[in-house]
Amino acid sequence: MTNKNGRFGIHGGQYIPETLMNAVIELEQAYDHFKNDAEFNRELAGLFNGYAGRPSLLYYAKKLTEDLGGAKIYLKREDLNHTGAHKINNVLGQALLAKKMGKTRLIAETGAGQHGVATATAAALMGMECVVFMGEEDTKRQALNVYRMRLLGAEVIPVKSGTATLKDAVSEAMREWTTRISDTHYCLGSVMGPHPFPTIVRDFQAVISKEIKEQMLEKEGRLPDAVLACVGGGSNAIGSFYHFIGDRDVRLIGCEAAGRGIDTFETAATVSTGRLGIFHGMKSYFCQDEDGQIAPVYSISAGLDYPGVGPEHAYLHDIGRAEYVAITDEEAVRAFEYLSRTEGIIPAIESSHAVAYAMKLAPAMDKDKIIVITVSGRGDKDCAAIARYRGEDIYE
Amino acid sequence: MSNIGRAFENGKAFIPFITCGDPDLETTAAAVRAAVKNGADLIELGIPFSDPTAEGPVIQAANLRALSGGVKTDRVFDLVRELRTDVTVPMVFMTYANVVFSYGAEKFISTCAEAGIDGLILPDIPYEEKDEFLPVCRKYGVDLISLIAPTSENRIGMIAREAEGFIYLVSSLGVTGTRTEFSTDLDSIVGIIRENTSIPVAIGFGISTPEQAKKMADVSDGAIVGSAIIKLLAKYGKEAPGHIGSYVKEMKDAVR
Repeated sequence: MTNKNGRFGIHGGQYIPETLMNAVIELEQAYDHFKNDAEFNRELAGLFNGYAGRPSLLYYAKKLTEDLGGAKIYLKREDLNHTGAHKINNVLGQALLAKKMGKTRLIAETGAGQHGVATATAAALMGMECVVFMGEEDTKRQALNVYRMRLLGAEVIPVKSGTATLKDAVSEAMREWTTRISDTHYCLGSVMGPHPFPTIVRDFQAVISKEIKEQMLEKEGRLPDAVLACVGGGSNAIGSFYHFIGDRDVRLIGCEAAGRGIDTFETAATVSTGRLGIFHGMKSYFCQDEDGQIAPVYSISAGLDYPGVGPEHAYLHDIGRAEYVAITDEEAVRAFEYLSRTEGIIPAIESSHAVAYAMKLAPAMDKDKIIVITVSGRGDKDCAAIARYRGEDIYE
Repeated sequence: MSNIGRAFENGKAFIPFITCGDPDLETTAAAVRAAVKNGADLIELGIPFSDPTAEGPVIQAANLRALSGGVKTDRVFDLVRELRTDVTVPMVFMTYANVVFSYGAEKFISTCAEAGIDGLILPDIPYEEKDEFLPVCRKYGVDLISLIAPTSENRIGMIAREAEGFIYLVSSLGVTGTRTEFSTDLDSIVGIIRENTSIPVAIGFGISTPEQAKKMADVSDGAIVGSAIIKLLAKYGKEAPGHIGSYVKEMKDAVR
């Protein structure tokens, strides 16, 4: 899908300071070598299966299906992975790659804290140093994950600049990388940033759709009619979509965070409200003002609270291969509560955006249709915030 | 030779950086005139960006002060036109790719040429992505300035051979901001640049004292100073231009 210089159609590229160019070139060369290396792939498969708990379940949500009264619904249970989200897939891949490259230190940005926790986990496992940048606002929203990262031996640096959320954490991690390159790998958490990150992260996350396909063929003997996943930067979504891109009859639906609504300024729905721009190393769609200043986006979900979207999603949108829909805070919170009560599964507030769209889509589909929702993470981390949203104060 | 070459005809060049609109555009205009009067050879004008990823805390804060003061790209062009009624030294813009892309590359760069801007420094446009703006820059005679970093190594020759205006050599790893240590092999980097191009080389990032500026200018054609000037603006606000004038004089005397 990518051509030279990491383009997805017009999107992608390497819009970064010269100081980092040799670092991303070195990374690309290492990745091009190791992705076809049998020993590397054996080690990675060992980590996936023996440490992260893959393959994750493809679970038939019978009660959900019956209650919504339409399409048959399966949940891809990435929430059951070690550390509680899909983020571990990418992190194990990148940490192993960094180790092979001789790097001894991982830095990462994090929004909800799931990628930070996953990076801290991989660093602990592989005996590497770890520093995580997290918007100060998010360290408050996700205090439990801050504690988890520190427990795992990582240093967490609260980022106070800008809106003190995910985009500022990315900026600060990029700045840190320019000061220390020789021993440090920037373990980027989503399918964004400069080439080769969108490709590397997608390849490591593509295990999700590879498994969905195998599991679905085994259970139903056919492919699903639609695959739904939430989109911030878009790593669990591209992972869920990737092996279905060539299957034109499978609808691919990315669910963005509308925040308080796409007609308000308090939104993070990039495809719905953004326009083409250049930021954080890539050309893609971004929420921005008429002068190209990046917008201070908002979503109840710290993991989707990002003003851009990965370049491959921008491309899939351009060519009409994937659909992108916007889900409000209120819809996501209702889905969070609904899935908890209906199936006994508490989804991450990020994943709840995909569940919310399924609640609209499934009843409108025939009973012989099948949809898959990727539950990208578990919702324990969100309980205090959702309680607050509902006007209840609880101790974390 | 482009107009930028004139900046290097008066001994080693001293190049101050000022963020437009910090704290307001009137102060920026006064600061530029104070710098020119006291020997600045080229003015680097920053157009503020919401998320300046190549900047340290000092210039980040200046960007936010300017944006919260309401600076718009069109007002920055007005500032340049007004300055050009009497300021004749070369002036270049330093901003981020999205500011140019969002305005429209053709419209932005043609307006640069019309208003009197001689070059464009975009820290998030490396060699591999320069075709985004280079053809339009050539069309309107605005130099797209190339940056070279201590990590450029095997890339130095390739970048230098195609560079225009002057080469911005980054003094050390990391983002902008004052520092006490610089890359130890600047001498050899400049040597490789000289083998590949005849255009001037100025060193920036982290320079604040006359001693540092002299040291950098000794191994190159000039010194670029940003954060140290922005600190004066942060400290003195509208009263900063006088202080900037004295500072520029001291720095130019050190490098010349």
